Amino acid sequence: MTVEVWTAENTTPADIDAALRKLLEEQHVRGEGLAPARVLNMVTVVDAAWRGEVLNRLERVGRYHPSRTILCAVEDGRETIDASARLSADGTGDPNLISVVEERVDIRMGETHLRRLDAIVDPLILPDLTTVVWAPHGHHDAIEAMRGLADVVLLDASDDPNPGRAIQWVCHLQDYAYVVDLAWLRGTPWRERIAATFDPPEWRPTLRQISKVVVRHRPDSVVSGVLMLGWLSSRLGWSPGSLVEGDGGRRHGRARAGKTEVALQLDPAHDLGAPGLGGITLETADGSMLSLDRSEGGLAAKRHTRDGRESSWVVLGASRGEAGILGEGIRQALLRDPTYGPAVRCAGAMLS
Amino acid sequence: MATVEQENPLTEGLERAPVHPTTLIIFGATGDLAQRKLLPAIYNLAHEGALPERFNLIGIARSEQPDDEYRDFAREAIEKHSRRPPDETVLNSLLERMRYVGASFDDPAAYEGLANIARELDDEAGVPFNRVFYLATAPSFFETIARALGERGLDRREGAEVRLVVEKPFGHDLASARELNRGLLSVFDERQIFRIDHYLGKETVQNMLVLRFGNGIFEPLWNRSYIDNVQITAAEDIGIGTRAEYYDRSGALRDIVQNHLLQLLTILSMEPPVSFSADEVRNEKVKVLHAIKPPEPDDVSKRVVRAQYAAGVAEGKEVPGYLEEQGVATDSETETFVSLRLGVDNWRWAGVPIYLRAGKRLARRVTEIAVTLKPVPHLAFQQSGSLGVQPNQLILNVQPNEGVSLSLVAKIPGARMRVRPVHMEFAYGTSFMSQSPEAYERLILDTMRGDATLFARDDEVEAAWGIVDPILEAWSHASGPLPQYAAGSQGPSEAGAILEPGMEWRPL
Repeated sequence: MTVEVWTAENTTPADIDAALRKLLEEQHVRGEGLAPARVLNMVTVVDAAWRGEVLNRLERVGRYHPSRTILCAVEDGRETIDASARLSADGTGDPNLISVVEERVDIRMGETHLRRLDAIVDPLILPDLTTVVWAPHGHHDAIEAMRGLADVVLLDASDDPNPGRAIQWVCHLQDYAYVVDLAWLRGTPWRERIAATFDPPEWRPTLRQISKVVVRHRPDSVVSGVLMLGWLSSRLGWSPGSLVEGDGGRRHGRARAGKTEVALQLDPAHDLGAPGLGGITLETADGSMLSLDRSEGGLAAKRHTRDGRESSWVVLGASRGEAGILGEGIRQALLRDPTYGPAVRCAGAMLS
Repeated sequence: MATVEQENPLTEGLERAPVHPTTLIIFGATGDLAQRKLLPAIYNLAHEGALPERFNLIGIARSEQPDDEYRDFAREAIEKHSRRPPDETVLNSLLERMRYVGASFDDPAAYEGLANIARELDDEAGVPFNRVFYLATAPSFFETIARALGERGLDRREGAEVRLVVEKPFGHDLASARELNRGLLSVFDERQIFRIDHYLGKETVQNMLVLRFGNGIFEPLWNRSYIDNVQITAAEDIGIGTRAEYYDRSGALRDIVQNHLLQLLTILSMEPPVSFSADEVRNEKVKVLHAIKPPEPDDVSKRVVRAQYAAGVAEGKEVPGYLEEQGVATDSETETFVSLRLGVDNWRWAGVPIYLRAGKRLARRVTEIAVTLKPVPHLAFQQSGSLGVQPNQLILNVQPNEGVSLSLVAKIPGARMRVRPVHMEFAYGTSFMSQSPEAYERLILDTMRGDATLFARDDEVEAAWGIVDPILEAWSHASGPLPQYAAGSQGPSEAGAILEPGMEWRPL
């Protein structure tokens, strides 16, 4: 249910801020059991031509929504700022329940505005809340301009066709903001399942015996694959060397694990529909093997032990879909994953 | 330095810690609880990838049916009661893990069948699965099942954990609670027993611990020097529905106060635990219960009020009174409303009245804790022409609008120094993006993880009955019709009699 909308052409941040305050005051006076959400500010910078597509993505994230979204649509050659503000409530229809109100500010601006995006956005963000900046169409200059304001940069490292450059950009951003990477989040179920597989005490020693890791990924998701190898390397204390690209996009490399070596391999899987990983196989020096692959209803697990026993099962879990991944990205902006940074550093070493 | 064998380095940073492969065995697998709560909760855990990597479910109930028929039953229950529309592929994979044993709970064949299937599942996986026996049955079967499990050696498992989950009511008085505990403990160790009080699975209840012990602002005030009184309310707008048989034997005191409200009271008033481990938290809760002096028999009428709802208007329509409900005897003396005054006799709380109130067919559905602070010692502001200075109140709202509200006094804009109370609100929905999971999802997962923090311990249950028992005893000697209150109202007018002079119940 839309509660109120305000629009203006050739406006200023101060006017937009005043309009938002007025909308909120009017809503409060009406006292309709509405309460403004206060979770995080999300500054999204998009190409104007793709504004609708990004809005759709944001609307599909379901319950993991930011409370104030400032959507900056960039048009070639534009010199003035047009804006609209709207409050919308998640009305449940139950008069006994409070409806939560979200706020969205749409700003149309030109490329030249991006260099001082902070000055435009600063009056519009709610103080004391985490501020996330997301620029799915590049616009690195906008992200640089937001250095002083952004607590978190949301990105998808798989968006850059050059994985090495993508990882370098992440490392650069990590100097001043916390980075939430959708390419990393696509691997969460895989990391959870691998951790669970080796969690029974009798299986933990096997972690030291891993001799080969093969990660299967969609061809455009090299970064997700290399982050998975980076995660294993950083958690298990391996020192990975560079990956070498071979035929068909396959990448090979080795990591030093104490006195032994682990073979690392990234295999592009061309039949994968959704971005991210398609499977992973871990082999140990004594001949046991564990593999996980995407399947219906979760991940298909297969284990082959050194005594020749084989077992297979499905690890249950629904696919979150790309909308779910973005929603998870927004949620993760308020959490901290201490393992991403070390995994990125190892990934950087593999792609150097 | 820890070695790889001692710690799993891969779990660092993960939101969901791994859970050991588990077979969950539900006794009463076709009952109302399984249908409405357990199966949907298990599905939602599966959907989120939160179940153990390897998981099986064995249902046991009296009716004979093949596995496939039980899977159809489970599918229907999940489709009807899950909080999210099921994903067909996940649901199908989950249903494939379900097996069924049809037999009476006192039939040795049931346990033979169960043991065979559980062994078969272990062998198939080559891993000894943990086993969680969930007793979603009438309480009269609890001991029978526990004993039968013990007799067949199903209470222990080499290389794996075995746990027993028991649903309330844990007895109907102190003697029966002790007997039940003795029966269960003759087979299982206390650390294996998980007594579910689903209130403890609610996020807002858990948040009370964080609010109290994670915020420096409250703890200095959390004592008799600053707190004037506490009101804990669990009001429902619905009647007894189809639960007449159970409810008429139970009543509001047993159904809500003995477990849910006393749990809320203990969390509100316990001392900070040394750590948030199950036993440390429960030790502190038990200390609170031991510090509550039960009312003397002669005192019950002065400290406790009971009543029944009469016909009235609720949920926008005319509804019958309790004695007209189907399945209720016309001379029933079961209370549908109870309010009582308790005190926690320890250094922190001595002299602070703590009021509990629970009832059905009241004006509104609300569960809340209202902590009223003492008034300021001197009023320097004008009182005329304004609502004046009123004591600060901290309201912890458990349901339906989960959140915390603090009332403050503020100046009314204008030339005069007039004041009125205003509210500082924190609503869960406005500050967290995620929906709270159903209490059962959290609790079932905890049973599989072996975390008993949110479950009641034997001494805790007995201590709670020790408070309620004298009231039940006094009531058993006082026959006659109970006071009535109109359905949809604030409750009986008699409820105010137990309050300190000048005090009122918070309006529902």
